[in-house]
Amino acid sequence: MRYLPLTEADRTEMLSVIGAPSVDALFSDVPSDLYLEGPITGLPLHASEMAVEKHMRRLAGQNLAASDAAFFLGAGAYKHHVPATVDHLIQRGEFLTAYTPYQPEIAQGTLQILFEFQTQVARLYGCAVANASMYDGSTACWEAVAMAARVTRKKRHVLSGALHPHYAEVVRTMAKFTEDEIAGASVSLTALPDDDGLIARIDANTASVVVQYPDILGRIPDLQKIADAAHAHGAKLIVVNTEPVALGALEAPGHLGADIVVGEGQSIGVGLQFGGPYLGLFAITDPKLVRQMPGRLCGETVDANGKRGFVLTLSTREQHIRREKATSNICTNSGLCALAFSIHMTLLGEKGLTGLAAENHRLACIAADRLAKVPGVTVLNAQFFNEFTLLVEGDARQIVRDLAAQNILAGVSLARLFPDGDARGLLVAVTETTTLEDIETLAAALEEMLS
Amino acid sequence: MNKPINQSGWKPGTPVASDGSAHPTVTGNKALMLEEPLIFESGGADICGVDLPETPTDLPSRLGAFARKDAIGLPGLSEPQTVRHYTRLSRQNYGIDLGFFPLGSCTMKHNPRLNEKVARMPGFADVHPMQPTDTVQGALGVMNELAHWLITLTGMHGVAMSPKAGAHGELCGILCIRAALEARGDARKVVLVPESAHGTNPATAAFAGYSTEDIPATAEGRVDLEALKARLGPDVAAVMITNPNTCGLFERDLKEISDAVHAAGGFVYCDGANFNAIMGRVKPGDLGVDAMHINLHKTFSTPHGGGGPGSGPVVLSEALSPFGPLPFTAKTADGYVHLVEEENAQEYDHVQAFGRMTAFHGQMGMFTRALTYILSHGADGLRQAAGDAVLNANYILRQLESDLDAPFAASGPCMHEALFSDAGFAEGFSTLDLAKGLIDEGFHPMTVYFPLVVHGAMLVEPTETEAKSGIDQFIMAMRSLAERAKAGDAALKSAPHHAPRARLDEAQAARNPRLTWSAPDET
Repeated sequence: MRYLPLTEADRTEMLSVIGAPSVDALFSDVPSDLYLEGPITGLPLHASEMAVEKHMRRLAGQNLAASDAAFFLGAGAYKHHVPATVDHLIQRGEFLTAYTPYQPEIAQGTLQILFEFQTQVARLYGCAVANASMYDGSTACWEAVAMAARVTRKKRHVLSGALHPHYAEVVRTMAKFTEDEIAGASVSLTALPDDDGLIARIDANTASVVVQYPDILGRIPDLQKIADAAHAHGAKLIVVNTEPVALGALEAPGHLGADIVVGEGQSIGVGLQFGGPYLGLFAITDPKLVRQMPGRLCGETVDANGKRGFVLTLSTREQHIRREKATSNICTNSGLCALAFSIHMTLLGEKGLTGLAAENHRLACIAADRLAKVPGVTVLNAQFFNEFTLLVEGDARQIVRDLAAQNILAGVSLARLFPDGDARGLLVAVTETTTLEDIETLAAALEEMLS
Repeated sequence: MNKPINQSGWKPGTPVASDGSAHPTVTGNKALMLEEPLIFESGGADICGVDLPETPTDLPSRLGAFARKDAIGLPGLSEPQTVRHYTRLSRQNYGIDLGFFPLGSCTMKHNPRLNEKVARMPGFADVHPMQPTDTVQGALGVMNELAHWLITLTGMHGVAMSPKAGAHGELCGILCIRAALEARGDARKVVLVPESAHGTNPATAAFAGYSTEDIPATAEGRVDLEALKARLGPDVAAVMITNPNTCGLFERDLKEISDAVHAAGGFVYCDGANFNAIMGRVKPGDLGVDAMHINLHKTFSTPHGGGGPGSGPVVLSEALSPFGPLPFTAKTADGYVHLVEEENAQEYDHVQAFGRMTAFHGQMGMFTRALTYILSHGADGLRQAAGDAVLNANYILRQLESDLDAPFAASGPCMHEALFSDAGFAEGFSTLDLAKGLIDEGFHPMTVYFPLVVHGAMLVEPTETEAKSGIDQFIMAMRSLAERAKAGDAALKSAPHHAPRARLDEAQAARNPRLTWSAPDET
């Protein structure tokens, strides 16, 4: 087996040092009636690199790759161009095959990058402090809710109906067990988000208000207004962002009254990957609350010679020190995805991110205008960044399935997202990877289908 | 938060007269080891490493009143500067590609590049999680094939694929247990956890709404069966056990423990972090385990990436499977794999699921890598890998037991890791000093000060990846370092001397946290 370096002679020699007759004898603590004497039957035996690659290539071939279609899916995962440099650099063995930087003297590469990453995220979100990543946006969202409960010592959380339903479902699932109360609402298909309806649900028992920006339908809520209402009731405003490119064009949530800003970082550097691994971002505006944050934090320090260096810090919040009193049970996070995000963000810089955002918005406007001309299609949104909701005269979920046969991945139907979603609803996302030809292809196909 | 920690103000790029070394350089660089400033020091708002189309500035905006007004403050670098920045930083990192990484409980094994190649095939890397099911049959096929292997290797009934990492898998398993108990109207409140457990175990139980109690260990480093049996009762929801345990020993009595827990109406959670030692040798299902997470980023070699991503599928017993969280994959009579979500759970009779752990359906990029790894090994190769991992650990244990205190050396063969302590070191010398000395010798240190049940613990996990020559060199280095620690060699106290940094001031970092960069004039 090509990955196992010991030779039979090595094994024999090592066994004689140990004083054991065989490798099987080293498993003498396993009850003998349960010990497996040979390879499990019914499973294949080892295979060559060539054979395994062939098998996996066949499976890969049974999927329709986004780049082989006119592609309009979003809803929390976006197709953006990732520069080749990003994927090259994250495959350097020193990054790819390193562990969590517990020995900082030989992990300054990872640590300096985490410090840079934390700063990039904090600035993007308009926050004071960001952590070194969470699993993904949905789990970061729950961690924010849990943190708000710790900080406010209250247990009622008001969720916007236009929060990504998977995120809301993760929060509801966890809250069942922590006995937090979740006040949800169903999403209303209106041109503007129902900020007043959300605000009306906030009361003195509210620990947090959770609102997505832009929301699941692509609309843009008035964060400052919601923040003022939340703060008036002693509640924290949690803002969720699933499309970080939007923040190249939109005001940062931290500048609009958010207390905790969380989100999905996948758009920058990570790629679609059928849903994971992704990258949870977590930041706060009040640095005094840093000891209530979940997850790892990297901080600046000096070494014994006075040279600047970086270490994991404030770990007394974490499970390996605090055990059952930790702020979270998270250990492994999304380190390599954070690296990919940070490299891509460094390639973009201020100029690139704002330019990328402008290009996304420009193409989305063109697409919305073109699709609005299709008979039987209405654009719901009054405002949007790069994703908007269509109402089609028909069953959007079936339309998406039918169009896939024509190599058009038309979007995400609301019926797929919400168990009781409006059958007419179709979320359409447009990025810099979308061409004018793709937009025309979708519009023409809808015209034919709805005629 | 912005008081200067870096009193000298030195940063890469600043000329230095002396760095305390015998042959100082004016740049601070040392030939192939190049110092690198932060992007905030070297980059600029007008520097960009990508080419974008010229977007006209007078476009109509649909952003309403929410357009960004101020600069974000993100520095950019050109592509060549970017490549150098990250390449230079990479060289300040130790990785398994470079050398021996015997970090106990972390299973730092070789990461085959075939796995990386496969994960990047467009059919896997460039697929959206909400594409119509007909367009992702291959992706679901990977999940199904991997699920089949995990179920078969563990002898369990089902598997929840979505947990994002080990701790997330633990949470998933404990929540399945709680859901199963609640379904029978049984509100138990306590989870028993051995003192030697990973910190994630008690943290997980607490997050799931349980209080935790310690299970004592015997002098030989295993769970105290009699004490455990005495504590079982109608308030105990579950026992969380790591097997092999964090002392590197197989829990001989696990079957008897499971039987006792089940008889008392509770469930057995097994922390599967150490599954590498026993895969293909014994099935946890045969030991009575009800739930166990599998760290694909340990046992099945998906790269650790400097701290993640991981993946922690949870195998479940028949009693717990109905409660596995959505989304969930299942192969049905028509031969197709179906993704069970909220709206079709009824159709697939998966109606008791406790909820959802994450958006979408788990770490696909890790599934492709893990399946590639598993298929490369096959049933025979995985069994052999476990054998070699255990052989390597026992070889290290026996080669070093007369040089270092090995608290459980008399407890029989170890599994995949060998445990030592700093007992016998000179006054003022401890595990940390030996670990830092290993850095100078070119090795990544072992896990230190864990498990907590051993004072000054050193947990060495060689894995099956290491060739005998590498292990022999490690043993030589360990003997030398043990001798120096016992003799009180002052140079060891200030090790490492040859790493990119000397020992870092962690106390200062925590006392005066500086977690984001700000310009010197802002501090």
